[in-house]
Amino acid sequence: MHDNEHADEGSRRGVSTKAVEMVVAAIIFGLGLVVVFDSRRVGAGWADDGPQAGYFPFYIGLILCAASAWTLLRAAFSDHAAGGVFVSRKKLRLVMSVFIPSLIYVIAIYFIGIYVSSAVFIGAFMYWHGRFPWIKIIPVSLLVPVSMFLLFEVWFLVPLPKGPLEALIGY
Amino acid sequence: MEEFNSLMQGFSVALTYHNLLFMLVGILLGVLIGVLPGLGGANGVAILLPLTFTMPPTSAIIMLSCIYWGALFGGAITSILFNIPGEPWSVATTFDGHPMAKSGRAGEALTAAFTSSFVGALFAVIMITFLAPLVAKFSLKFGPPEFFAVQLLTFCSFVGLGKGHPAKTISAMMLGFALAAVGLDTVTGTLRMTFGTSELLRGFDFLIAVIGLFGIGEILLTMEEGLAFKGVHARINPRVVLQTWAQLPKFWLTALRATLIGCWMGITPGGATPASFMSYGIAKRFSKTGEKFGTGEIEGVVAPETAAHAAGTSALLPMLTLGIPGSPTAAVLLGGLLIWGLQPGPLLFVEQKEFVWGLIASMYIGNIAGLLIVLTTVPWWAAILRVPFSIIAPVIVVICAIGAYTVHNAMLDVVMMMVFGVVGYLFKKLDYPLAPMVLALVLGDMAESSFRQSMLLSRGEVSIFWSNGLVGSICGLAMLMLFWPVISKVLARMRRGNNELDEARPVE
Amino acid sequence: MQHTTVRAVVVATAMLGLSVPAAVMADWEPTKPVEFVVPAGTGGGADQMARFVQGLIAKHNLMKQPMVVVNKSGGAGGEGFLYVKESKGDPHKIVITLSNLFTTPLATGIPFNWKDLTPVSMLALDEFVLWVNADSPYKTAKEYLAAIKAGNDGQFKMAGTGSKQEDQIITVALDKFTGKKFTYVPFKGGGDVAVQLVGGHVNSTVNNPIEAVAHWRAGKLRPLCVFDDKRMPYKEKVTDTMSWHDIPTCKESGVNVDYLMLRGIFMPGGVSADQVNFYVNLFKKMRALPEWSEFMASGAFNQSFMSGKEYADWVQKAEDTHKTLMKDAGFLAK
Repeated sequence: MHDNEHADEGSRRGVSTKAVEMVVAAIIFGLGLVVVFDSRRVGAGWADDGPQAGYFPFYIGLILCAASAWTLLRAAFSDHAAGGVFVSRKKLRLVMSVFIPSLIYVIAIYFIGIYVSSAVFIGAFMYWHGRFPWIKIIPVSLLVPVSMFLLFEVWFLVPLPKGPLEALIGY
Repeated sequence: MEEFNSLMQGFSVALTYHNLLFMLVGILLGVLIGVLPGLGGANGVAILLPLTFTMPPTSAIIMLSCIYWGALFGGAITSILFNIPGEPWSVATTFDGHPMAKSGRAGEALTAAFTSSFVGALFAVIMITFLAPLVAKFSLKFGPPEFFAVQLLTFCSFVGLGKGHPAKTISAMMLGFALAAVGLDTVTGTLRMTFGTSELLRGFDFLIAVIGLFGIGEILLTMEEGLAFKGVHARINPRVVLQTWAQLPKFWLTALRATLIGCWMGITPGGATPASFMSYGIAKRFSKTGEKFGTGEIEGVVAPETAAHAAGTSALLPMLTLGIPGSPTAAVLLGGLLIWGLQPGPLLFVEQKEFVWGLIASMYIGNIAGLLIVLTTVPWWAAILRVPFSIIAPVIVVICAIGAYTVHNAMLDVVMMMVFGVVGYLFKKLDYPLAPMVLALVLGDMAESSFRQSMLLSRGEVSIFWSNGLVGSICGLAMLMLFWPVISKVLARMRRGNNELDEARPVE
Repeated sequence: MQHTTVRAVVVATAMLGLSVPAAVMADWEPTKPVEFVVPAGTGGGADQMARFVQGLIAKHNLMKQPMVVVNKSGGAGGEGFLYVKESKGDPHKIVITLSNLFTTPLATGIPFNWKDLTPVSMLALDEFVLWVNADSPYKTAKEYLAAIKAGNDGQFKMAGTGSKQEDQIITVALDKFTGKKFTYVPFKGGGDVAVQLVGGHVNSTVNNPIEAVAHWRAGKLRPLCVFDDKRMPYKEKVTDTMSWHDIPTCKESGVNVDYLMLRGIFMPGGVSADQVNFYVNLFKKMRALPEWSEFMASGAFNQSFMSGKEYADWVQKAEDTHKTLMKDAGFLAK
């Protein structure tokens, strides 16, 4: 691997591009297989009144498999095509510090509704990433969900996921 | 001339204080709706529709159609600022609009977007004013084979654009097609790739994929580069509008092409989304700076915005004359017409003169008013980028989540959005092009059903795609577009060959 | 068992409702916005009706809480029905149905049956009319069907909305009658279908009146017959020479096919009789409004109204009919 070429300040170690490239290609290959098999199930032939339901998806799946196999092999056998570090540990940590809270946020919507989780999410994010004082965090993290609530639930009557708190105030 | 007189009468209907006020309210609401990905034009119109039953129909339709204009304008704002398309037809605007904003030229990008939207819409309205009956007749010629040909043309004018490895371009595109196929097959009514889960019945909506791939993916990428949008410290320049205007006239040819594409796609009804993609693709192909597209070219904003607006506006024509809506918003407006006791259709122009011409006049005024309103907000929007990333990032995630949820009112879509976000991040870093995937997701469904409808009509004869002049020439054009890179190379070589000969002569 | 008792109570209270003042009846009312689920896309017939109902209720203040229209069109409406099924016991959701209440579960095998829902009331029945292009030589249904009989299999093309749904069911019924097969071409919405016929891309359609009336009035389409056992009652002239009433029934033309589509309201299962009753009364009040009558006339709807047991029985009968029709056509999910 050509780790040395990508000498970011801090860490040089991390996930290699080659590995990520191969994993992504393998996943796409798997999806291609799923498409092919499901299309065979619904019929992938050409009936007398034109193609059947699975006709196009079947070939799409095949091409998908072929293209991802090509990418996979290219990554596996050519260092040149997929050298280097995909993402250094330091950067990965940064990306995860956004991604994981966002994921928790999305899961929290299931339980406590979108408004409460948004308030907590915005507040937490401002606290950890921005180091804002509470005097700024609280107004911002309340104002956004409250204005969303007014906009969607009250004015435009678009129902969004709600939890126990909203149920308390009759929504 | 008869049209001109009727139009003047229409202006006198539309230009009452009352109606002007409704117009203003409509545009402001529309911009708001366009900015928030969770609210589409269709939502806004649908929700206000009941309120308008007590107004005279002309005032009501003026207000509702102004919401429509406002939403068209507003869709560009989030695309440019945050890489989140507020409306499906603004996806192509992100390609160059967002890079511009990132390099501190948000004001320029917004001005270009708004101005070209205005130009596109204006030409479409002029066409509606003078050519409505003719155009309506033309759109009747479009059956399934013609629809398929149009979709093929969109596709061919767009593919082969990226610089990525062909295997990756093909993978991305096929992934888009595969996702588009999930759900109920419209032609046979069979469920495809749902694996017995009810959550997959609705398939993958293009908007959810786009919000994830572009919006969430962008946040992850930005995070990797440190906690900031690069354009944060862009100077806010109140004269940015005038400065941008000075640059715009040189793109007149791009704008003209985009207008023609837009009008045509709006009428047929291919819709604003394919129109914006096709226009972007063709502009890139024919522009002198084509290879710089995607890095922040004004021309790359002008082309899709002009086309999307021309299409969005001309989509109202088939609604009025044929009763088929060209977009979901138009569909809801159509419902409104029925409730007011107005029967859309060929006779509307004869029986409801005052209404129709009032509406058309309001299109002119609404557009001008809309442009003025949005332009005054340009510096203000650009200023949003100065908000610290640690505040704006979670708010963007919240807006994305709401946007993804409201497409089908489904929580799984929000989860899918996160998955698409990761896909967007990985693909961007591994040089998989996103645009072909998105385009395949938009067009895959439509193209497949038109193809199969055509096959049903022709009983399996593929020759239906060159069975008449119209479909044949569109298909021919599509092939020309597909092989344009090769053709242009050959042409260039021939020209160079001639030049060499010319130059060679004096030496002899 | 529980279902039958609930329904018996509903009928009893509904009958009482005619004689007892409304104030006594109103013991349950929505306490939050009511979701009005449309198992179809924006702009279709069901969506138009739902939005019209929403508008009417808001305009006349028939309900204190707002009504919110939510489209869930995935899987030919299956998504919407499953959503309501999952909201068991929630009195703040109602759903408007079209024929896909029966056809979607039968054709796709999704785990849903109308018995998972609580029937509230029928709003109207939608008629189906056989249309041809006005330039075609066929003046009556008899002539058209004679031409089909004389022609080849698949020579005549019928456009319709969706696949294995009402339009295709009627088409298959016609196939049976003529002994020749139509080429059925499915499109997304009724509006598109009508325009395809105007453009001459297909030979006929079975559009609902409201979808095709504009083209009829413009002289582009010609109605041949209505798939009902009696003529439509609207005698006001729609075109210069004809009213809806002037369209003969298909039976008069010797085509023994009739089909009506349900436009009705259901609630999730497991709701109380009081709650059902609130909506039954709500729609009764709404139907008395002049705007509603106008809307019915503009779309030439069949204005049958039912609720309670009568309605449930009707739905049961309709399901049986659909089962037979779809089985004969080979549309059942494998």
